[in-house]
Amino acid sequence: MQTLKMVVTGPFNAGKTEFIRTVSEIDTVSTERRITSEIERIKNTTTVAMDFGRITIDNDLVLYLFGTPGQKRFEFMWEILSEGMLGFIVMVDSMRPETFREARKILETFRAYAPTPYVVAANKQDRADAWDIEDMRIALRLDPKIKLLNCVATRKESVKSVLLELLYSILAELDSVENQEVS
Amino acid sequence: MSLKGNLQDFTLTQLLNLINLSHKTGNLVLERSNEVASLYFMEGKLAYVQVGNEDNSLVGVLHKTHMLSPSQYSGIKKHINGMSDKELGLLLVNANYFSQQDILISLQNYCIDILNRLFNWLEGFFQFETDVTPPRDKIIVRIDLENIILEGTRRMQEWEFLQDEIPSLDVAINFVDRPGANVRNLSLTKQEWKVINYVHPRNTLRQISRVTRLNELEIRRIVYGLLQAGIVELIRPSDSSSQDRPSIPSIASMTGREREERKSLLSRIIDRIRAL
Repeated sequence: MQTLKMVVTGPFNAGKTEFIRTVSEIDTVSTERRITSEIERIKNTTTVAMDFGRITIDNDLVLYLFGTPGQKRFEFMWEILSEGMLGFIVMVDSMRPETFREARKILETFRAYAPTPYVVAANKQDRADAWDIEDMRIALRLDPKIKLLNCVATRKESVKSVLLELLYSILAELDSVENQEVS
Repeated sequence: MSLKGNLQDFTLTQLLNLINLSHKTGNLVLERSNEVASLYFMEGKLAYVQVGNEDNSLVGVLHKTHMLSPSQYSGIKKHINGMSDKELGLLLVNANYFSQQDILISLQNYCIDILNRLFNWLEGFFQFETDVTPPRDKIIVRIDLENIILEGTRRMQEWEFLQDEIPSLDVAINFVDRPGANVRNLSLTKQEWKVINYVHPRNTLRQISRVTRLNELEIRRIVYGLLQAGIVELIRPSDSSSQDRPSIPSIASMTGREREERKSLLSRIIDRIRAL
């Protein structure tokens, strides 16, 4: 059985857990226990938030979706988590501009860990107060080549569309490397 | 007189038993890879411990045992100016911040905590020098070893049990097809989380333990817990190559054939997701 993984990252409360839960065929393993920073310093076995979901592709291929803990204090895990990932999705809450700067930082950190393709998902686009997608692109300082996608993490079709766009980006990068070699 | 040996041949529990029964006074030094622990005993009782460069000053211990808040800790640190632990202890008692009993209990808890950690040292060297006493400026505790030996014995039994359950680290783990219904509320520790991230049919437990820097007892304990929770199962590794870090090559470093294989995998994933 071959397994592949994608990582869903983003600031705290951006909708990562919901995103994975919407398409996972198993109960998402999820822990969102709040921990005081003082306990965290003292205990070396502090429980941390994590999610993972699964999509069985066929008899010998499984795709795992790993959600990163959004809180900055769990940053140490990101590098471990990025190991061997196919690509990653940065979730951003379209209603919370105060988290855009953090989302940008997370994106850059993941990009440094692994130069794999990624897309940015603007979550909660169904809400009246959601920022316009092009305004978000400016605020997040995203290159026009980077896919910034409408997303509603609770809707299956929307989540599927984000996953597919990431997969298309990976395919496109494979093709581009191939074309460079040919030329 | 000096006793020297290997922790694999003579365990820490056995050493403590020897020190306890013969009422020894002296310094036991344990060493493994880059770590050193120094334990002082007086007449068969644990008196003082130091592990590596850990802050085991009185103020450090009071902080670690939650008797001081971080701000109190840094405040006192700034003002002690070379004061010895004994002097500081006296000052804190006289100023009614703590009772003598509070301070001793904190130090005892810290020493016991260290010893419990040392029971995980299954490999390494020891040397016991008799009649060596703790540094004069330190506050000495007197902890009976019987309970500690019992705890050590329990841990040794756990080790034997885990070795029976997971005899070899040359096996791999994989997520089970249908995890139990309780996984939604599962709490994972940092270490369990790290192991989870390396779950893959290609990765042996030995490789995972190396990457996550867990010793043989720790990796077995974690994997046993995950097995019991129904999250993973033990399997024969699908490819027992000697790669240390399991990873998918980056696109730029792939060969033409690897790229073709990747494309094929991606097409299968795309088809499946479209059909969801």
